[in-house]
Amino acid sequence: MERPGRAAAVAGAQPRANGCSGAGHGTLRNGYVRRFPAPDTQVDHIVHNGGLYKRPFNEAFEETPMLVAVLTYVGYGVLTLFGYLRDFMRQWKIEKCQNATEREEQKDFVPLYQDFENFYTRNLYMRIRDSWNRPICSVPGAKVDMMERVSHDYNWTFTYTGRVIKDIINMGSYNYLGFAQNTGTCQEAAAKVLSQYGAGVCSSRQEMGNLDKHEELEKLVARFLGVESAMAYGMGFATNSMNIPALVGKGCLILSDELNHASLVLGARLSGATIRIFKHNNMQSLEKLLKDAIVHGQPRTRRPWKKILILVEGIYSMEGSIVRLPEVIALKKKYKSYLYLDEAHSIGALGPSGRGVVDYFGLNPEDVDIMMGTFTKSFGAAGGYIGGKKELIDYLRTYSHSAVYATSMSPPVVEQIITSVKCIMGEDGTIVGKARVQQLAENTRYFRRRLKEMGFIIYGNEDSPVVPLMLYMPAKIGAFGREMLKRNIGVVVVGFPATPIIESRARFCLSAAHTKEMLDRALKEIDEVGDLLQLKYSRHRLVPLLDRPFDETTYEETED
Amino acid sequence: MAAAGVGQQWVLVEMVQAFYEAPTYHLILEGILILWIIRLLFSKTYKLQERSDLTPKEKEELIEEWQPEPLVPPVPKDHPALNYNIVSGPPTHIITVNGKECINFASFNFLGLLDNENVKTAAQASLKKYGVGTCGPRGFYGTFDVHLELEERLAKFMRTEEAIIYSYGFATIASAIPAYSKRGDIVFVDEAACFAIQKGLQASRSNIKLFKHNDMADLERLLKEQETEDQKNPRKARVTRRFIVVEGLYMNTGDICPLPELIKLKYKYKVRIFLEESLSFGVLGEHGRGITEHFGINIDDIDLISANMENSLASIGGFCCGRSFIIDHQRLSGQGYCFSASLPPLLAAAAIEALNIMEDNPGIFQTLRAKCERIHKALQGISGLKVVGETFSPALHLQLEESHGSRENDVKLLKRVVDYCMNSGIALTQACYLEKEEKCLPPPSIRVVVTVEQTEQELDKAASLIKEAAQSVLN
Repeated sequence: MERPGRAAAVAGAQPRANGCSGAGHGTLRNGYVRRFPAPDTQVDHIVHNGGLYKRPFNEAFEETPMLVAVLTYVGYGVLTLFGYLRDFMRQWKIEKCQNATEREEQKDFVPLYQDFENFYTRNLYMRIRDSWNRPICSVPGAKVDMMERVSHDYNWTFTYTGRVIKDIINMGSYNYLGFAQNTGTCQEAAAKVLSQYGAGVCSSRQEMGNLDKHEELEKLVARFLGVESAMAYGMGFATNSMNIPALVGKGCLILSDELNHASLVLGARLSGATIRIFKHNNMQSLEKLLKDAIVHGQPRTRRPWKKILILVEGIYSMEGSIVRLPEVIALKKKYKSYLYLDEAHSIGALGPSGRGVVDYFGLNPEDVDIMMGTFTKSFGAAGGYIGGKKELIDYLRTYSHSAVYATSMSPPVVEQIITSVKCIMGEDGTIVGKARVQQLAENTRYFRRRLKEMGFIIYGNEDSPVVPLMLYMPAKIGAFGREMLKRNIGVVVVGFPATPIIESRARFCLSAAHTKEMLDRALKEIDEVGDLLQLKYSRHRLVPLLDRPFDETTYEETED
Repeated sequence: MAAAGVGQQWVLVEMVQAFYEAPTYHLILEGILILWIIRLLFSKTYKLQERSDLTPKEKEELIEEWQPEPLVPPVPKDHPALNYNIVSGPPTHIITVNGKECINFASFNFLGLLDNENVKTAAQASLKKYGVGTCGPRGFYGTFDVHLELEERLAKFMRTEEAIIYSYGFATIASAIPAYSKRGDIVFVDEAACFAIQKGLQASRSNIKLFKHNDMADLERLLKEQETEDQKNPRKARVTRRFIVVEGLYMNTGDICPLPELIKLKYKYKVRIFLEESLSFGVLGEHGRGITEHFGINIDDIDLISANMENSLASIGGFCCGRSFIIDHQRLSGQGYCFSASLPPLLAAAAIEALNIMEDNPGIFQTLRAKCERIHKALQGISGLKVVGETFSPALHLQLEESHGSRENDVKLLKRVVDYCMNSGIALTQACYLEKEEKCLPPPSIRVVVTVEQTEQELDKAASLIKEAAQSVLN
C-alpha cells in the first residue's frame, strides 16, 4: 500500500530505487519484531536498541483484520460500480449533472481535467463532503461554535441556515497547548502590537520588511530550541518547500520517510536532489539506504554524493507515531549525513518542557542539523521556523527563497508567538506554560488508554497527542463524522488519498485545554458511536495499566 | 521458440493435435522454457548496485573514507544580504530604518492601508473574537466564517464566480500552477516572470517555453512551432494542456503585459491564460480591479487570476479568482491550500476592511496613478540611471545605464546610492534576487515604490535626492 497523495509522489520521482517495496497491509508495520509469538494477533511491537532510549517507547500498529480489509475493498468496489453507473446516467442526462462546466467559448480547448481525475471526487468524495471544511465561527479552542449548513442536493452545494451550533467539543484543531485563545496575555500583547504596527508588512525580509519584532522572535526561538540561531518564516508549508532547495541540490541525496508531509516532499522535489524513500520510521530501511548510497555513490556518474540529508518528522500527523530519533541520530552520525527534523506537530506538544521530540528523548539539540517547526499548532499562531548552527542560519538569511521573495510575518502573529513561547519557557513568571505541557501529556495518555480499552484500533505512540482511530470502510468515514457531530463533538476523518485506500481513519488531536469532563464526554460518545458503527475492531484485550506500564528492563536488545 | 513462431500460423485444432502428438521430452523442454520466460518476466530487473562484489570490510572502508560537503558553504561576512535593515516600529509611511527616520519608498503599501485605523479596528475586533491562529488547515476546522466572507467579497469585487484564499502570497501562484499543469503539459511563460511563478512551474514539471519579455511575436512563433509539432502527433496534442503565464504588471520590470493581444492569441491557438496580478491588483483600473479593468477586458477571458493580499490590501496571504469550474479544483489540488494552516482570521478581516475602503474610495486609484506619473517624470534624465517601468506602475526600477564591470560592482554602486538617500531621509531598497536561482536574472536595480501617502513634495524630494545621490556616486 502506498500513500498516493504523499509518498508515492516521491516514489514516482525515484521509482523504488531503494528496492523497498511498499509494505503490504498484511505485513508488520515498521518491521517491528513481535514480542509474543501470538497466533494471529500482534499488538505492541516492542522497540529494540533499548540502549539508545532513555524512556520507554511504545508504538503500536495493529494489523488490519483480514475480514475488515476484504469488506473495505468490497465497499470501494460497490462505490466504484455505482460511480460508473451514475456517470453513465449523467451522460445520458437521466441524472442531472451538477459539475461546473467549461465555458462555451472554450469547449474546443484541450480539457483542463482528465475525467478519471474527477471520478473519485464526483462519486466518492461528494457523498461525504460534509465531513470536511466545516466552517466555524469562534476561537478554535477546546470548544468551538460551528455554522450550521445543509445541503439539498447531496453535498454539491451547501446553504447556511444562519444558526450556530454552540459548544462543540473540538477534537480536530491542532491546539495542543491551548494557546488558541481570544483572551489572556497572548491576545492582549498581540492586540497592542496590532494597533502599533498594523496587520501586514508589505515587504520582504531582505528588502524593507525586517522588523525589530522579527529579530526578537528569532532570538527567542533560538533560545527556546537550544540552538545557536533561528529564522522565522510566514508559512509553515513554505518553510519546508522554500528552504530545502537552499540546502541541497543536484548531486545530493535526500532520504525521506515515506509518510513525510507534502511540504517536505515538495521541497525535496524543488531542490533537484535525488530522493529515496525509506519505510516509515524503519531504521533498518534507512540504514540500508545510507550504506548503499555511500558505497555505490551516484547512479550512472559513480561520483560520491555531495551530501546526504535525512528528512524526518517529529510526530507524523496521520499515524500518530513519534520518530525514532535516538536511532536516527546514531545513524546520521555513523554515516556522516545531515538531519532535517520537521517538528510541525511535536514542538510544544512533546517533552517535559515542551521543546519537542529532542526534549522528549533527552537528546542534544546540536545533534539535529536543521530543526524545523511551525507556529501554527502549539503556539496558536501561524508560520514556521528553522533553527540550527549560526552558519546555517546565516546562509539561510542570505539564500532562503522566503527571505528574498516572500512578505515577512505579520507583527501581531509574531507577538502571539513571542508571548506563548515565553509562557512555555516560564519567562512570564508563571508556571502556566509548564502546567499546560503536563496537562497535554496526561490528557494524551488518558485518552489513548481509554480508547484502547474500549477495543478500538489506535495507531501511534502512546505519548503522541495525535490519535488516529481506524475506521477502514469508506461508508464509515462519513458516518463517524456525522454521528459525532450530532453528539456535538467535532472530529477529523480522513480517507484516501491522505491515507492508504483501506486505512481510513478518524483523528483526534488532544489539547491541554481539554478538561477531564470534556474528554470523558467525548469518550462516552465515541464508545457509543463505536458500538453503533461496529468500529471496535481490535482483537486483543489490553489489560488496563498504570500510566507507565514498562520499565527499562522489558526492552530486549536485538540486532539483526 | 521457433515452434511457437510457426505455431502462430496454425489453426487452433492443429495446434491441439500437435500438442497431443508431441513427444514427452519435447513438452517438458517447452514447459521449462515457458517457466524460464515467466521467471525472466517477473524477476526484478537486475540492479547495478548488486553487481558490486565488495566485501563488508571494503564497504566499511568506503563509508569511513567518504567525506560529505559541509551542510552549507560559509557566507562571506560582508555579503550584502547578511545584514538586514532593521525597521523599528511600524513599516508605514514614516519608517525608522536602522535607527533613522525616513519616508518610506520601499514597502508595497500602495494604498497606505497598513496604517489605516479602520483596518486596524476591524482586525482588532476579529482578534477579540477568534484569537490569532486557526490551528488547522481549511479542511479540518480551519475554515472560519471570515474566510468565506473574504472569498465571497473578493469574487464580487473582481466580478468573477469564485475566489479562493491562500495563507501566503508566494504560495498562491506557486500552488495554483501545478494544480492544473502537469508533467507533459506545455507552459508558455514570459522570461521576466517573478520567482513565485518560476517555482510553480518547476513544481508542475511541465514543459516550459520562455518567450522574450512582452514580445508577442516571439510568443506567436513558439505557439506556431507547437502547432506544427501538434500536427505531427495529433493524439498527443489532444491531451496536452497549454497555458500562458504572465504578470499584469511585472514585478521585475514594472512593465504592463499586452493583454488584448494575448487574448487574441489565446483563442487563435487555444491556450489558457493564467495572470499574476500581485502588483496590478488594487492599482490599475478605475476601481482597482487590475489589468483586465485597465484594458476593459471581459474577466472571463482570463482563465485564472492570482494576486497577493500583501501589497495593496496590506494584509498577508493571496487569492485566486475565476470561474468555479477552474477555481474549485484548487480546493482539493492546491497544495498550499490543502496542506497549510488557513489564514489567521485577523488578517482576513483586515483584507475585508481594505476591500471596503477600496470600494468606497475609487478616487484613490487616480491619486496613486497621478503620483506614479509624477515621480516617473521627475526621475527622468538622471545621468547614469535609467527608469524602467510604465509611468503608472507604482513600483519602478532604476537601473544603471551601463554596467560598471561586474554585477557585484553594480550592486555596490547602487547600494551607495540607496545609502545616500537613506541618510537623507528617503528609505529605498534594491530589488533583491537569488542570483543563481533566477531563470533570467534581471539587472540590478533600485526599486522605487509609490504610495498614496507620499505627498507631492515628498515625491519631488525623493526624486531630487536620488538625482543628487546618483551624481555624487556615479560621476
